[in-house]
Amino acid sequence: MSTPYAKLPGWVEYGLIPLINLAVAFLVAGLVVLLVGENPLEAAYHLINGAFGRGEYIGFTLYYATTFIFTGLAVAVAFHSGLFNIGGEGQAYVGGIGVALACLWLDQMMPWYVVFPLAIVGSVFFGALWAFLPGWLQARRGSHIVITTIMFNFIASSLMVYLLTRVLKPLGSMAPQTRTFAEGGQLPKLDWLLSIFGLNIGTAPFNISFLLALAAAFAVWVLIWRTRLGYEMRTMGHSPSAARYAGISESRITVVAMMMSGGLAGMMALNPIMGEQFRMQLDFVQGAGFVGIAVALMGRSHPGGIIPAAILFGVLYQGGAEIAFEMPSISRDMIVIIQGLVILFAGALENMFRPAITRVFAARGQRAAALVQTKGA
Amino acid sequence: MDNIAIELRGIDKSFGLVHANRNINLKVGKGTIHGIIGENGAGKSTLMSILYGFYQADRGEILVDGKAVSIRDPNAAISVGIGMVHQHFMLVENFTVLENVMLGAEDSQILNKGIAKARQELKRLEKEYALEVNPDAVIEELPVGLQQRVEILKALYRRADILILDEPTGVLTPPEADHLFRILDQLKAQGKTIILITHKLREIMAVTDEVSVMRRGEMVATRTTRETSVEELAELMVGRRVLLRVEKGESKPGDVKLAVKGLTVRDSRGVTMVDDVSLEVRAGEIVGIAGVAGNGQSELLEAIAGIRKAAFGAVLLNGEPVDVRGHADPAELRERGLAHVPEDRHHVGLVLKFEECENAILGYHHDPRFAKGMFLDVDAIRKDAEEKIAKYDIRPPNARLRTANFSGGNQQKVVLAREMEQDPDVLIIGQPTRGVDVGAIEFIHKRIIEMRDQGKAVLLVSVELDEIRSLSDRILVMFSGRVVGERSPEATEGELGLLMAGVEGRKEAAE
Repeated sequence: MSTPYAKLPGWVEYGLIPLINLAVAFLVAGLVVLLVGENPLEAAYHLINGAFGRGEYIGFTLYYATTFIFTGLAVAVAFHSGLFNIGGEGQAYVGGIGVALACLWLDQMMPWYVVFPLAIVGSVFFGALWAFLPGWLQARRGSHIVITTIMFNFIASSLMVYLLTRVLKPLGSMAPQTRTFAEGGQLPKLDWLLSIFGLNIGTAPFNISFLLALAAAFAVWVLIWRTRLGYEMRTMGHSPSAARYAGISESRITVVAMMMSGGLAGMMALNPIMGEQFRMQLDFVQGAGFVGIAVALMGRSHPGGIIPAAILFGVLYQGGAEIAFEMPSISRDMIVIIQGLVILFAGALENMFRPAITRVFAARGQRAAALVQTKGA
Repeated sequence: MDNIAIELRGIDKSFGLVHANRNINLKVGKGTIHGIIGENGAGKSTLMSILYGFYQADRGEILVDGKAVSIRDPNAAISVGIGMVHQHFMLVENFTVLENVMLGAEDSQILNKGIAKARQELKRLEKEYALEVNPDAVIEELPVGLQQRVEILKALYRRADILILDEPTGVLTPPEADHLFRILDQLKAQGKTIILITHKLREIMAVTDEVSVMRRGEMVATRTTRETSVEELAELMVGRRVLLRVEKGESKPGDVKLAVKGLTVRDSRGVTMVDDVSLEVRAGEIVGIAGVAGNGQSELLEAIAGIRKAAFGAVLLNGEPVDVRGHADPAELRERGLAHVPEDRHHVGLVLKFEECENAILGYHHDPRFAKGMFLDVDAIRKDAEEKIAKYDIRPPNARLRTANFSGGNQQKVVLAREMEQDPDVLIIGQPTRGVDVGAIEFIHKRIIEMRDQGKAVLLVSVELDEIRSLSDRILVMFSGRVVGERSPEATEGELGLLMAGVEGRKEAAE
């Protein structure tokens, strides 16, 4: 009774159930497409083709996925400590300051491989700083992290408007953005990686921050499951009373976990700023912080689940843009609806089909057991 | 016994590789109290869950009043007249008794009509079965014994003829338990059938007519209670002879290892829970604290362990002061030789979602044996867990299994193994055998005595008076936050009972 659902085989738990949830999400999305009088199959074709049809499309898909891996990991790290960090958006936004400062300072003097590590440090520093404040307020004052991180998103937004219109904008320019970086502030593309598979990257901004994202995913796995700190975080996430008993400081874990979460969110800024636009623009995060919540939910806060979930959302972004382009009656907002449906079915309603599937597998197991018995007899 | 209320035929249930129930046959006579005993993990709870519709049996059938019934969910169980009183109450804490009783059986969309009817019905039930309880009292303000009564009323309100009680006395004081047994007798007299699941042999002997014994998923015997004995039942349960009385030699008290002086603890509302308590525990002795649950024992242990802040007073561990009024750090106290087996293993002593080996280092994860720099030494942790599993006979012997999947007794052994194997100077233990089966109790008691004989100072809190009396070298009785008396373990149950009830203590204090 404490475990309402019987244990399922791993491939069902982590493969079949997410797939079924996804299929239902797309089915319902198809109905929405039908409602606006378009052919859902055609939309599906454009989605898949738009995401995978050419090397360039794949490049875009993985470019978006890179962003979502960072923000997904950020949410997951906090989640393991029992903290719901909704501030990934603001932390990524403020993290951009670190990237921009490193690039503006050194881009004309140093090659990218010198600027990049500094930009990483800068993005982590500023992202962590933006998460430190809510974490500290929670630890010291008991201000709820969900509320404060949401508020900090708004503060971040205003702060960045100020910086990009008053401080970081070059004189005489009318656009709210930094100057364009020289070569030292531009990350190399991963064209060679795609060409291994015989793909041409085209204009896609798929860059080496993808590799950094994979490394970060591995580092998060090590942190959570192989370090003392990760052990303490998980203890607190599962049972704050057991953590107190074990002598684990709740306030320390709260602050540290939030800072790591913010640092990961901040690293997201590397991808668009140094990898695509080569300057910091207003609103460059574009909701990736919030998508990270969905990615972490779908990926069950495990790096091994977050990477495929991030790629899925990359598909939805890239393929979705393609649908909007090819089928004008389907607007950008429709794509958001489809993404919302995926989150709804994969995240919020993830247990909807579980009882039925459990029953099917229980029945199968029994038949198999009966078979063994009759054979034995 | 030709009048059968409920019959199980060939019930079989597996969870994956675990064969929880094997071809179970059981007949329960109408208007009788039928006990079901067995160790934790013997399959009692699974069987009752099948009867109440939480699980479906893989094979076998259930007959109620001679008719085969299919019980797909708890609603179906209620409709054939089966009611259940859970070990952990299923009550809405901030609802009144009346609201709880009618919850889910409101009868009409408009509550007022239903409430009037329910109130009448509740009155009738109270009178018929002598179950007095104020229908307008809020649940969280009622003592545990009365909350349980509400659970029974809930079942009766749904016209249950067969009542299943799952470990009903686990949370009750001895007088409350006696009262419950009188209620059960009353229910029996009114023709209700009662199935009592317990692992306390004494209760079985006191109230049941018949008793069935389960062991490892099988129903191994059914006896008429009058014709059996505690010894026989214990042997049937465990499958071997069990020593029910702990054997221990003289204690040889040494230096004072733990001293508590004038400790006062208040809860978050400012209510004094521990009131000016002083005590000493010497090396090589077991000091038992007896008392009805909720008289400050829990808070006392927590304050000593550094989990709860004290308002006044001092604690000396190995002669050195502990900052109990400020930030006593449980991790630091562990390093100084204090081991703590908390009362609540589910929420405090263990993280149920962790693998067993992860729980085996809880609180000791900074220990160089388990950590290499900032990393955990996973191999060393698993190896250590496996050694403890072998030494403490933890079953199933799988260090990678989720702790929630172990039975209560084995979970407790995980905690005990962790705390005892640290070679502490002082061991404080809360409720060492709550929800633990007979075989494991014997083992745990032996280990506690061993710790004493190795020269550890042991402070033991338990609401089981038998346990306190058989283990302790000295007994302190707590009532309403104060230590109201000290007795030797030879003191009679009656004498201690009066102290626990606060009767004797008040006199002593007055003199």
